[in-house]
Amino acid sequence: MSKYLFNRLLIAIPTIFGVTVLIFLAMRVIPGDPLQLIVSESDGIYVLSEEELQALRASLGLDRPYHLQYLDWIAQVISGDMGSSFWNKEPISGMILRRGPISAQIAIMAVLLSWLIGVPIGMLSAMWRNTMMDHLSRVGITVFIAVPSYWLGLLIILFTVLVFSWRPPITIIQLWEDPLGNLSMTVLPAMALGLGLSAGTARMARSAALEVLFEDYIRTARSKGLRETLVVWRHVFKNAMLPVVTTTGLALGGLLGGAVSVETAFAVPGLGKLLVQGMTERDWMMIQNLVLLYGLIYVMINLLVDLSYAFLDPRIRYE
Amino acid sequence: MATTSAPLAEPEGITLDIEGQRPPFIRRFSDSVVRFARSSPIGMVAVGVWVLMFIMAVFAPILSPFDPLEADYGAIRAAPTTEHILGTDQLGRDLLSRIIYGARITLIVSITAVFIGDLIGFVWGIASGYLGKRFDLISQRVVDVLMSFPGLILALLLLVVLGAGLVTVIVAISVTRIPSATRVTRSVVLSIKEMSYVEAAKMIGASNIRIMVRHVAPQVVAPILVVATLHLGGAIFAESALSFLGMGIPPPAPSWGNMLGGVLAAAFRPPWWLVIFPGVAITVAIMAANLFGDAFRDFLDPKLRQRID
Repeated sequence: MSKYLFNRLLIAIPTIFGVTVLIFLAMRVIPGDPLQLIVSESDGIYVLSEEELQALRASLGLDRPYHLQYLDWIAQVISGDMGSSFWNKEPISGMILRRGPISAQIAIMAVLLSWLIGVPIGMLSAMWRNTMMDHLSRVGITVFIAVPSYWLGLLIILFTVLVFSWRPPITIIQLWEDPLGNLSMTVLPAMALGLGLSAGTARMARSAALEVLFEDYIRTARSKGLRETLVVWRHVFKNAMLPVVTTTGLALGGLLGGAVSVETAFAVPGLGKLLVQGMTERDWMMIQNLVLLYGLIYVMINLLVDLSYAFLDPRIRYE
Repeated sequence: MATTSAPLAEPEGITLDIEGQRPPFIRRFSDSVVRFARSSPIGMVAVGVWVLMFIMAVFAPILSPFDPLEADYGAIRAAPTTEHILGTDQLGRDLLSRIIYGARITLIVSITAVFIGDLIGFVWGIASGYLGKRFDLISQRVVDVLMSFPGLILALLLLVVLGAGLVTVIVAISVTRIPSATRVTRSVVLSIKEMSYVEAAKMIGASNIRIMVRHVAPQVVAPILVVATLHLGGAIFAESALSFLGMGIPPPAPSWGNMLGGVLAAAFRPPWWLVIFPGVAITVAIMAANLFGDAFRDFLDPKLRQRID
């Protein structure tokens, strides 16, 4: 296991290096210069003279050679300094620390919801295959896989506004400060994200359970007189879970991306909303560091998912 | 096994007229369509939905009752009536006309983005898998990097750099399709590479390029077509989400995604028709793409199911 862990970590290092290089190149080389991007975008509103532009460039270190800029940026990020917003000079790390927990909470709640809904539906659908319930759940799965999560979010808001004349709050409320207020803000976005995810989970749970149901050991378990509940829990459920963990792991990338649009739909003050805001305002330091953060989180998640397979399935470790 | 390069003696009395036995292309194509329709009626319904979308896109000027860009300040955010069947938006533009024209953007973006992205992935995957060694190693690390971003985030980053617009959206979405297309192609190539006919081709001195084009590529066409149809739904979602976030197709061009942008922000009484109808269009298009992809996969090769999932 430790050898596998070591090898897997070794692969992650060049990947992270590549991620930083890609982001850096995207932000510098292609548009010429991040400041150029800001100035050219806001034509007329934020006009700088050539000298002012040069001074600003020097103060941000943008007049230095690219490789030094890159090393500066990496050194900064490693020391925990994410720079500050171009427009209001607010430190970015502070914003991440305040908004990060909310995004993480929504993502975790969405995953839990997808298991709570998806696994039972998938299992029941497999056990009662070709019944009315199976057909209905398969139609539901097909629909909910196709529904864009942000649109589901808009529908939920529309519903609460029309029926209760109420919208979820949009100020930052942390779970530990005001649990009820926090939940009233996060539950609905988590639902919008989680319902689509549960369709994927249900589909995988159904096909995994179907495969397991026809294994010899299930017949053996039944023929030795084991109660059906025990057969299902001990044998079917346990063995059908690995592919479900896999799909959840694979779906997390979609979840992180989807969360950006769902947070925007609900105007939830999370990281995704911050990223979109930074992009519309051309706040380049914010874009650069937030995209890096998303990349690092995703690399970490993939690493954890891989390690969890190796943990759950010993065959993978020895390959 | 390698054979001698001398021409084989024609067996007496047997003439091989392969071209003559082969029915013309149109016949073969229509036969396949009939077989596909028999194997999956749902897949055929999905195809029907796409054909309808094509008709909407091509005949948009004839089908739509109003100009999709024409503002009518007398009827701002009007609920559906007999005149405006699906209501009007915040500038008084007819929603039905905008949805009909929106099919153009959805189709153009999803089809070209998937075509470009999967074509690059196809070529790259064959080269990476077949050539192996250092090229493969470097290629796979680059693919790792592209896969280290959630697709939508990578597309957003590219759009910040390239600016919003039809072409840039297509580029951004196609880049996000490349990694998985490359991976699938490469994994198929790795198994084909070990086949004896590839070895035979090598023995008689065929060049790498020739082997890749003539012997390896045809075997990967079916899997990549399946991947492409399964990518379509994702591409439609990506376009709509990017436009919804205001980073994709810029207004006033009617895209189903940007019609949903900010629709609930300012409204005092929420205009339900502006939320529901564009979203229904997106969902139906994605659903049809997914159903067609699934049916097409089962049709081409039921065994592919395991290789791609």
